[in-house]
Amino acid sequence: MAIVLGMFAVVLVLVVFAAMSFVGSEPATVDFASGHHGGSVTLVAQTDGAVGTGAHPTWVSYQVKTPSTHKWVHTTLWQLPEHTKINVTIYQFDSGGPLRNQHWGQVTGTDGTTATRTTGTTFKIINGTTSKTPIGHTFTVPALGINVPLMGVTTSKKNFCTSGPCTPTKQLNHKVTFSFTTPGPGNYHFQCFIPCGAGHVFGNGGPMQTLGYMGGFLEVMA
Amino acid sequence: MSQVVGGDGAVGSVPVDEQGGRRPNHVWRIVGIWVVLSVVGDLVFWFVAGPHVPPGTMTTTASGAQFDFNVLFVVALPVILGVWTYLVYAIVMWRASRWVGEGDPVRGPTARSNLKVQVAWIVTTTITVLAMFVFGTVELIVPAGAGGAEGPNPVWTPASKSILPIQVIAQQWQFTYRYPTFGGMETNNLIVPNDTTIAFHVTSLDVIHSFWAYQLGVKADANPSVDDVAYTKTRQTGTVTIRCSELCGIWHGAMFDYGKVVSKAEFMKWGIATEKALAANTKNLPPFAWTYVPDANGASGVYADTSGQAPYSKTQKYGATKAAQKIVKSPTTVTTTATATSSTATATSATTSTATSAIRKLTRQASGTTL
Repeated sequence: MAIVLGMFAVVLVLVVFAAMSFVGSEPATVDFASGHHGGSVTLVAQTDGAVGTGAHPTWVSYQVKTPSTHKWVHTTLWQLPEHTKINVTIYQFDSGGPLRNQHWGQVTGTDGTTATRTTGTTFKIINGTTSKTPIGHTFTVPALGINVPLMGVTTSKKNFCTSGPCTPTKQLNHKVTFSFTTPGPGNYHFQCFIPCGAGHVFGNGGPMQTLGYMGGFLEVMA
Repeated sequence: MSQVVGGDGAVGSVPVDEQGGRRPNHVWRIVGIWVVLSVVGDLVFWFVAGPHVPPGTMTTTASGAQFDFNVLFVVALPVILGVWTYLVYAIVMWRASRWVGEGDPVRGPTARSNLKVQVAWIVTTTITVLAMFVFGTVELIVPAGAGGAEGPNPVWTPASKSILPIQVIAQQWQFTYRYPTFGGMETNNLIVPNDTTIAFHVTSLDVIHSFWAYQLGVKADANPSVDDVAYTKTRQTGTVTIRCSELCGIWHGAMFDYGKVVSKAEFMKWGIATEKALAANTKNLPPFAWTYVPDANGASGVYADTSGQAPYSKTQKYGATKAAQKIVKSPTTVTTTATATSSTATATSATTSTATSAIRKLTRQASGTTL
């Protein structure tokens, strides 16, 4: 009897430990704030149609380049310094489609209310209702009023990236740059407003709801 | 003095104890204490705490909610004070330690039923509960729905002849707002004018949400393909907290923002400027419609008028230069026809004219200026 109870206790502990590990786990945090003294911060990210790593390698996801090692990291927890200009570059490798709501086709909340595309031209609006300009994702921080539409790429091209991390210099992408200034300390949720979780109800499940993929936080530090 | 617990001797007559002294009339003592506490408590609550009870007095519906809560509270307070008064009185007067050496106070006369007390209790509580039921029901529906949603065909509507329509579009995880009387522009921020009757038309682009404008006293479910209408009238300027109050996904907690109630002049200034600023994107938006039919398995979807209602009415025209637009939906296309009214920039007067252009192409002719 004692042996049975002991085994039951061990199994129970293991189950609880596994459950707590699962619930409590979260992606790594990339620190852009430490050691920052004045000036601006450069943040480079990419959006991949399939992240190619982790528990869901086929899910769409962000990856971000660490400021120290310059390696791509699969996470959406980005620590930023407060009241600092953030220069963002996003390489968009995923395909696109029509917007469910064209409201998200306009640039808002960035410096100058504009963003710059690969060609160097600035833009304020992308008409996401036509097939000519499909939208892949948006970088949206609702609490800061930031929204930048990211155009999709053509999947039929040979250099279309099928699995991340993708290489900006070799594989097809739309590069978008913009800047914004961080507010005071706080956690600011960001997400994509294109329902890009294919296969999930309303496209908003899976990677759209999972931390580390298409949703995350700008952790603005004091 | 012995045997003071129970019995009817304390009611109606002046009881006398075994030593010939007057026995206290506990019932009237308790009633007296209860009445004083209730009157004082109700007055203090009504005049001191009541005006600060949420959701405040920013709108008629918020004031109504506050008034209803306060009325129910002053009715309920005497009930709970009655229970507490009796409890405390019993603990103080009839505690065992008070009767040490004077016999066992528990073994008093057997308690008997009292028909008068029973009838009084049943009649009083029945009247109280029914009165609160009638009061609550009337207060929930008569004042144009009291800020609650009434579905696409409201039964209880405001008497105002100039109602500002605002469409609230919920999507995972943010509310956006379309102003059909300002060219159908869509904004991230809810700005409304003071001293104005507003019709919120709440819908969703994906799952079920709920629009809760706390200080406005407005709450309406946001269902896809449903135009859920709620009315209110603003009375004060200030900031409004807006939250989704329906668990709508993992980032439900992040689905909130802040709106503003501003003066009419400020609102018109903001509306005209914002309509102009957003015009480039508004022309890409679908024509205004009351509901939206999303594609459940992808990013695409189209606005579609599934309600058959005109996006404007004779009353929902505040701020409009071209009102009474009607979307006529054919199987393949959406076109618009219109019977319009025009108004000044302050929307204080209107004259009738006609127009045939789509709502997104409307031009403002406020005070003779085309923007």
